[in-house]
Amino acid sequence: MFSNLDFDVIRRALPYLFYEGMTFTLTLTALAGLGGLIFGTAIALMRLSGYKVLGRIAGVYVDFMRSLPLVLVIFWFYFLVPYIGQWITGASRPISVGAFASSLITFIMFEAAYFSEIMRAGIQSISRGQPAAANALGLTYAQTMRYVVLPQAFRNMLPVLLTQTIVLFQDTSLVYVLSIPDFLGAASKVAQRDGRLVEMYLFAAVVYFTISCVASFGVRRLQARIAIIR
Amino acid sequence: MNYHWNWGIFFEPNPMGTGTYLDMLLSGLALTLKTAVLAWIIALIFGSIVGVMRTLPSRAAYWFGFCWVEFFRNMPLLVQLFLWFFVLPELLPKAAGTWLKQLPNAPFWTAAIGVGFFMSARVAVQLQAGIGSLPRGQKMAATALGLTTMQGYRYVLLPMAFRIILPPLTSEFLNTIKNTAVAITIGLLELTGQARSMQEFSFQVFEAFTAATLIYLLVNAVVVTSMRFLERYVAIPGYITGK
Repeated sequence: MFSNLDFDVIRRALPYLFYEGMTFTLTLTALAGLGGLIFGTAIALMRLSGYKVLGRIAGVYVDFMRSLPLVLVIFWFYFLVPYIGQWITGASRPISVGAFASSLITFIMFEAAYFSEIMRAGIQSISRGQPAAANALGLTYAQTMRYVVLPQAFRNMLPVLLTQTIVLFQDTSLVYVLSIPDFLGAASKVAQRDGRLVEMYLFAAVVYFTISCVASFGVRRLQARIAIIR
Repeated sequence: MNYHWNWGIFFEPNPMGTGTYLDMLLSGLALTLKTAVLAWIIALIFGSIVGVMRTLPSRAAYWFGFCWVEFFRNMPLLVQLFLWFFVLPELLPKAAGTWLKQLPNAPFWTAAIGVGFFMSARVAVQLQAGIGSLPRGQKMAATALGLTTMQGYRYVLLPMAFRIILPPLTSEFLNTIKNTAVAITIGLLELTGQARSMQEFSFQVFEAFTAATLIYLLVNAVVVTSMRFLERYVAIPGYITGK
């Protein structure tokens, strides 16, 4: 069954696959994860702020993003970002945005909706007495969040946040629809150039599988270690 | 913004000669729903079997369930679709591979099976959690009444577990609908695919994607509302979700 397969094609493509493809995928995952976490926390704070209007806006944003397929959102931002850039910079025509910037913005905005739900659960898991005590000590709202609530919420939710990041890592493969050479895109380019679809896609599958497996195993270990005994 | 808006585009004939652009999007919606429903049936069947296996006392069954879930959860859906679509026909015996490749509607069947198996891992995890949340006494009572393991699951554990996990199953079904959009990469012209080709033919990017977005939101709302009714209909008195 594997007799007429040529696995040497993988060895020859390795530098391209990893230096170009995997670097793109991992950079996108890391930056989008970080950006999504920051925006997501902001959205979660908006929802829990007690200001009705802010809460409504944040809620609508989250529900909206979560009802759309990621592929559609990728297309949306790919075409929309040049116009937004034009509007911000006041240029006379839509500005050209690189593939990386476009997909980074997409994933930050998309993941923010998912991260915000996790952070919201994390913030709500802190007992009411803590912000009350911080308030009694004379801390402002910002200080309460910065020194009391968010560090604990973040720590409680770390395993879930990391699991979501693994999902994000897998989802970045969808930039394939924009013909961007991320890891899968690079594998697919080589596959089509050399007519070796089977070898390249099998290899891509093994690489994604190995990384995700190792990462989720690590998350499980971490979860056992940092669990706070109550 | 110097974008040329033209909302009337939906009522202009599309270049494929299949009616208007709106008809194109609606045929995409039909295909999205067909694929999602078939995928969901596959996900429910395999997810239930695997989910139950993960709760059985047998080590072998547990490990099979574990491997199944890890296998389908740790690969991007896109890669899984490529494996089903490009790789599987090549690895099968020649005759079977050729038959598979010449199948009419190959993208549709591949998408339904690929998304279905991908989602089955998630359904399995939910069901395992649902069965795990039942008090131990239920299984013991079933055994004490003389029910076999099979009967215990059929008449006692599963009817409870499925009711408990109905809300998370709703969001998994919504995920199934959304995930069918990934099949655009193997040439399935579902809703996102039709919006994309409408954009390519007419250059009306934002109208096409706005329409697709609204349709997805509508589908979401319909599913969520009908599942609320179902939840109330099957609720067990005395439970939090009960009447």
